[in-house]
Amino acid sequence: MTEMPVDRPDVIPPSRLRRAWDSDFAWSFRHSPVAMVSAFFTALLVLSAVFAPLLATTNPYDPASLNLMNGFTAPGTPNAFTGESFLMGTDDQGRDVFSTILYGMRISLFVGFAAVLLAMLIGVTLGLVAGYRGGWVETLIMRTADVQLTFPAILVAMLIFGIAKGVTPVEYRDQMAIWVLILAIGLSDWVQFARVVRGATLVERKKEYVQAAQLIGRSGFAITFRHILPNVLSPVLVIATISLALAIIAEATLSFLGVGAPPTQPSLGTLIRIGQGFLFSGEWWILFFPAVTLLVLALSVNLLGDWLRDALNPRMR
Amino acid sequence: MERFDMPDTLLTIDDLTVAFPTRRGLFEAVKHAALTVEPGEIHGLVGESGAGKSTIGAAIMGLLEGNGHIAGGTVSFRGEQISGRDSAAMRRLRGKTISMIFQDPLTSLNPLFTVGEQLTETIQEHLGLSEREAAQRAEELLTRVGIPDPKTRLDQYPHQFSGGMRQRVVIALALCSEPDVIIADEPTTALDVAIQKQILELIRDLTTERQVGVILITHDMGVIAETTDRVTVMYMGEVVESGPTAQVLGHPEHAYTKSLIAAVPRPEVKVRRFPQISYGGRETTFNIADLARNWPTIKPKDGPLIEARNLTKRFLEKGSLIPSMRRYFTAVDDVSFDIQPGEVFGLVGESGSGKSTIARMIAGLYDLDEGEVLYEGTRVSGADAQTVLDYRRDIQMIFQDPYSSLNPRHRVDHIVAEPALHLGMIPKAEVGARVAELLDKVGLGAEAGMKYPHEFSGGQRQRISIARALATQPRFLICDEPTSALDVSIQAQILNILKDLQEHLGLTMLFISHDLPVVRQMCDRVGVLKDGKLIELAETETLFADPQTEYTRELLRLMPKTDLLSKDGLADAV
Amino acid sequence: MLDLASPAPHDPRMISFILRRVFQSILVLLIVGLVAFSMFTFVGDPIDNMLGQERTDADIARLRAQLGLDQPFPVQYFRFLENAVQGNFGISYRQGRPVADILLERAPATLELAFVSGFLAIFFGIVLGVFTALRRGTVAANAVMTISLIGVSLPTFLIGILLIYVFSVELDLLPSFGRGDTVNLGWWSTGFLTWSGLKALILPSITLGLYQMTLIMRLVRTEMLEVLRQDYIRFARARGLRDRAIHFRHALKNTLVPVITVTGLQLGSIIAFAIITETVFQWPGVGLLFINAIQFVDIPVMAAYLMLISVMFVAINLIVDLLYFAIDPRLRT
Repeated sequence: MTEMPVDRPDVIPPSRLRRAWDSDFAWSFRHSPVAMVSAFFTALLVLSAVFAPLLATTNPYDPASLNLMNGFTAPGTPNAFTGESFLMGTDDQGRDVFSTILYGMRISLFVGFAAVLLAMLIGVTLGLVAGYRGGWVETLIMRTADVQLTFPAILVAMLIFGIAKGVTPVEYRDQMAIWVLILAIGLSDWVQFARVVRGATLVERKKEYVQAAQLIGRSGFAITFRHILPNVLSPVLVIATISLALAIIAEATLSFLGVGAPPTQPSLGTLIRIGQGFLFSGEWWILFFPAVTLLVLALSVNLLGDWLRDALNPRMR
Repeated sequence: MERFDMPDTLLTIDDLTVAFPTRRGLFEAVKHAALTVEPGEIHGLVGESGAGKSTIGAAIMGLLEGNGHIAGGTVSFRGEQISGRDSAAMRRLRGKTISMIFQDPLTSLNPLFTVGEQLTETIQEHLGLSEREAAQRAEELLTRVGIPDPKTRLDQYPHQFSGGMRQRVVIALALCSEPDVIIADEPTTALDVAIQKQILELIRDLTTERQVGVILITHDMGVIAETTDRVTVMYMGEVVESGPTAQVLGHPEHAYTKSLIAAVPRPEVKVRRFPQISYGGRETTFNIADLARNWPTIKPKDGPLIEARNLTKRFLEKGSLIPSMRRYFTAVDDVSFDIQPGEVFGLVGESGSGKSTIARMIAGLYDLDEGEVLYEGTRVSGADAQTVLDYRRDIQMIFQDPYSSLNPRHRVDHIVAEPALHLGMIPKAEVGARVAELLDKVGLGAEAGMKYPHEFSGGQRQRISIARALATQPRFLICDEPTSALDVSIQAQILNILKDLQEHLGLTMLFISHDLPVVRQMCDRVGVLKDGKLIELAETETLFADPQTEYTRELLRLMPKTDLLSKDGLADAV
Repeated sequence: MLDLASPAPHDPRMISFILRRVFQSILVLLIVGLVAFSMFTFVGDPIDNMLGQERTDADIARLRAQLGLDQPFPVQYFRFLENAVQGNFGISYRQGRPVADILLERAPATLELAFVSGFLAIFFGIVLGVFTALRRGTVAANAVMTISLIGVSLPTFLIGILLIYVFSVELDLLPSFGRGDTVNLGWWSTGFLTWSGLKALILPSITLGLYQMTLIMRLVRTEMLEVLRQDYIRFARARGLRDRAIHFRHALKNTLVPVITVTGLQLGSIIAFAIITETVFQWPGVGLLFINAIQFVDIPVMAAYLMLISVMFVAINLIVDLLYFAIDPRLRT
């Protein structure tokens, strides 16, 4: 190990931005075409969902803007009655598929992000507490996690959805559906975060910087959240990314099965459910475009997560 | 470079360069290295971390990690070049001709196969014996490496062996195929001194008995002095000096070798400071004396500063719902001692002797199961909040591992300032100036505060640790193996800083170490720990001159002999 | 320093390990039972569900007493467990038949589907995982890895729809829904024994198995790469062992230790994921039953399904633990 000469006033430390650009992390990103392409597609899809009202040609939720005569228009060809043309065609009610996809993606992404955020909040907090406190608190949290882990997330989500549906009065069910979905997917996914954060916390807790903080009497809360939390965030970021892909797929699956987003607020999954009915009669585009969008979205996020895992894993370097 | 090979030279390394491509260009881990190994000799390869010594071993075996490759020069066995052969040819060579022993016996053995299975498999691969003959041979090998009851042991799994026994198994495995050359990469670093001695003796005996050539890679000058016939010293990938061990260690010619040897703590003589021989721009200045001007002088009360009374700590070994079924392991067992103001008190013992646990108990990091800690006559264990706060303001700690004792996500100025700020010892407005001054005094420069810990080397990080400890202007400093993770030249620098702290600031210290020569250099009084009990306590000079217990005598006997080492630069011995 | 502890053939630690696991399994079942029972009690009013619009207070009181709803909560829970152990889960709100009968008649379809896809997933998952780890960086391995990522990103239902479109609609080779002809073997109806039954199995089992296969494959690859970095593999190379012995003896066995646990969980999720596949292919199994139960808030069916599936999961986990014990000597001694 060589000692670097650091006490030289003539060496001006590089700016923060410059150092971020030079970091191994940024370097790995700049040298991974897959990471850059998937980041591009993720950003493109997220942005077009956010700005859907500006991009969409029609508002699919506004019955006034719909013309039933436009029903089943194939992509790119003008409608036989109205002469209107649609990039991705229209569905049975004459809604522009491109616009429904943009609005559907909003629901999918909103549910996905919110569910992951919920899972992350619960999981990271419980994982930190379990790892740092230990004892019966840890036993309680981790046994609960184990029991829940025995059941696949999608099944837990379905159960939570089913129960929530049972306790909500019929007239509110459609309104509540989105929030129930977020709750169901979020609660089904916290275990991953809790397990990883607990594992990382157990490792960090033994490190001497924690003892240095204990030595001066810092509180357990300060040590957990100020000292340990920043050090366990890398794996959390990786899991959050992969969880986002999983949550988007879970939402689509639930909606496809008819236990998710209602037809009044269609997500990508709901659109695929609707489109499936027309596949055998030749109107392929009603299914095809939402399906491709879902695939590209999930794949981009997954690829990004895959790259993150490698880039943040010190052993892979 | 000219070489005069003896006719039966086993291994010749000539002008060897090993390169690893990285994102910042080609990194040459080994540059133009040359050495030879004769039958029946142990050739030591010594150097500090980053010297490239392990890379040479891996290059000989054709087991370079990642995308490393031999960029120049040759490796030859009995005059025939073996470097650059294809992987199938290298595989036939490995084991059969050249074998290897790794550092950590815990991870060198496959946990899912019995020792017998791993031995017979290797024997059959190389010697083409039947299963029964191979098993017979495996038993003989275990006997030879000193494992009792080999028949039973063959059917056991690696986890059923202790560390030392496991390293014997690893040696047996390396001998399976009757190789001509063995490369031993830090074979005893993970072991306690007593076991280390036995393993080195075993390697020595086998070398003579079987006339194999051994390359012994180590960072430990003591191991080199005691075990090797010839030695090659490496620095930053280059061979700086090579020759018979007695000559190189006794009359070093190269400046780096001189500085390295001078930095080795000697058990037989106490020096006031470690000599600093500058080499390769590694000298860094620090100026602790300046700090003394603003240091508060508190006249100590009469009596000891710290009193540890009947300290006992038990850890849960096996949990159970039923309290009577729980099993405890007593890490510290009824230990009492006093530390006088201005004194450096040492605690020494092997791993698991409870020395670090005691440090943590005194620092208030562990609850006491029994006993109490008194600070200037006031009980601080389990005391009220104000007493504890006062105590915390007066003590600080320097930890063992510089890579884990600084929070990697916090900036250095924040790390150094945190204790002083949290304990409310300096006004917020003055923190910046204090931090800058401290970083400057420990030789890092004030602008080091703007960086993160990963931008510093191990020795520099330990200086940051010292700056952090000094920020609260403590009276009592606990040093828990502060240099055991550092290279020997960096260790000398850090020990010098600690000596200065004691001299100029009058700090009282508790110094924990497993390394007797270091303790000899640092401490006024020493306590010897064994299995959690304090078995001997004496003035350092008395302890080294006239140990009272058999265990201490054994520890002293096991210390690496440094008689061979040059005494240059040790002039100011006390 | 000498540790001569030798393993006894019937180590008491093994027995205590198994006992502890069984105890934990029972605890899990009790908790799941509590969840299932709570659904009964708190979600919707069973009386509402069971009696029509025309009902009298007397009817309600009679039914309450008959169902034991006037009893305190713990008594009701105990009754529920008692009934559950005897296979009595009440009467489906929707179909008006005993839930146990409906489940039994549907279970073979799901189990046969799960068995075939589980086998596909494990077999191809391990083979491809080992392949991509050993041939890391080659074109073939990279191609498999990229396709597997698409597999992970492709929701099960889309795979199903895609397969139906290609093999049923366009090529007209395989049926797009149902089980085909089945043969009744007492209380078990099997599709293994008829040509149409086997044909009907192909698409659903690929759909169900593909996602699990990619997960197992990626896991095996990661673990194998991790194992190949270990010191004991370097030492095995340094001893000059052949690649075949190093890869398939030393590395593979160590890879399988963690893989077994996760694979156990995966097999559990195959039964749960069957819900999706069964919906896409209108496969008459318990998953389709469950999804219909959720849509119609048929609580007894949901609760019974939950109990059934947890018994299976617990059984799988127990087997996995025992396998673990068999393969890893560190647990035995």
